[in-house]
Amino acid sequence: MSLMDILFGSKRKKSAEVARERLQIILAHERNGRAGAPDYLPALQRELMEVISRYVAVNLDDIKVNLERQDNFEVLEVNIVLPEHER
Amino acid sequence: MAKIIVVTSGKGGVGKTTTSASFASGLALRGHKTVVIDFDVGLRNLDLIMGCERRVVYDLINVVNNEATLNQALIKDKNCDNLYVLPASQTRDKDALTEEGVEKVLNDLATMNFDFIVCDSPAGIEKGALMALYFADEALIVTNPEVSSVRDSDRILGILSSKSRRAIEGREPVKEHLLITRYSPSRVEKGEMLSVDDVKEILRVSLLGVIPESQVVLQASNSGTPAIHLKGTDASEAYADVVSRFLGEDRPMRFLDVPKVGLLKRLFGG
Repeated sequence: MSLMDILFGSKRKKSAEVARERLQIILAHERNGRAGAPDYLPALQRELMEVISRYVAVNLDDIKVNLERQDNFEVLEVNIVLPEHER
Repeated sequence: MAKIIVVTSGKGGVGKTTTSASFASGLALRGHKTVVIDFDVGLRNLDLIMGCERRVVYDLINVVNNEATLNQALIKDKNCDNLYVLPASQTRDKDALTEEGVEKVLNDLATMNFDFIVCDSPAGIEKGALMALYFADEALIVTNPEVSSVRDSDRILGILSSKSRRAIEGREPVKEHLLITRYSPSRVEKGEMLSVDDVKEILRVSLLGVIPESQVVLQASNSGTPAIHLKGTDASEAYADVVSRFLGEDRPMRFLDVPKVGLLKRLFGG
């Protein structure tokens, strides 16, 4: 940076800094997506369905299996909606 | 045991072939029997950069298809005794590269006592690029300090860790080395270009070297002489350092700072 730049100050953010921030955001996003859903999820969902349907009448659509990634751990979320008339 | 090194980047035009040519030449200059293979079927250019384009008779696909032997297809380099070039086919379609075929070529090269097999990957993430990296033991990730190149390098790192043979077989992962090319310290100082530290931090790969933006690279390609042979130039020295570090020697990073300028220039900018 020249003395003139310092004296008259260029307040705009340097473009390299913008580049770094943009890359950090997009790569964090793409790295999460890259691993994708593990391939056992559909099988897990099917087998859960088999077990549960022995006891309760549920549809395949009523079971949701999701895997979410947070910083250093993964959360396996299984959501089963039981039919209302059973209650 | 021959060590297989892929030179890859995802993005095109960042210096893969330039790097493959100088890196392979550098290994050979240090006494290692080396072969450099062009995997860019249909768009071969390694032969031009190595200056052997008029001596190409047979190519990688001919060898894969048993239309020629390896000995017929290998071109002995004009500058180094221990170096051979295996050109890509200019006419065949890239589906001709099969996993079995490439594996056989690599195995045959290993039995010919090559120390290093350098695979010059095409750009992209199609078959040719996947075949170039599939068998790799180590990878040079060539990256320009620029957003699209860094992003594509990150993508290639993901592919190396999921689709290489080492990854699929659950062996020790491919050893990754970052090589930053076309680096301009003066632009970094002005805040116009990502710094070496920025790129290292984003990609999280150990740095093997930095090649400065240099007029020498174009002169080298014009004459068909790998840049490392243009003794005394910045690019040549930088590539020689890369080779030394790759061989386990300790060399400080160079070409990271702007040469000092005088007071007047500093006052009025430059």
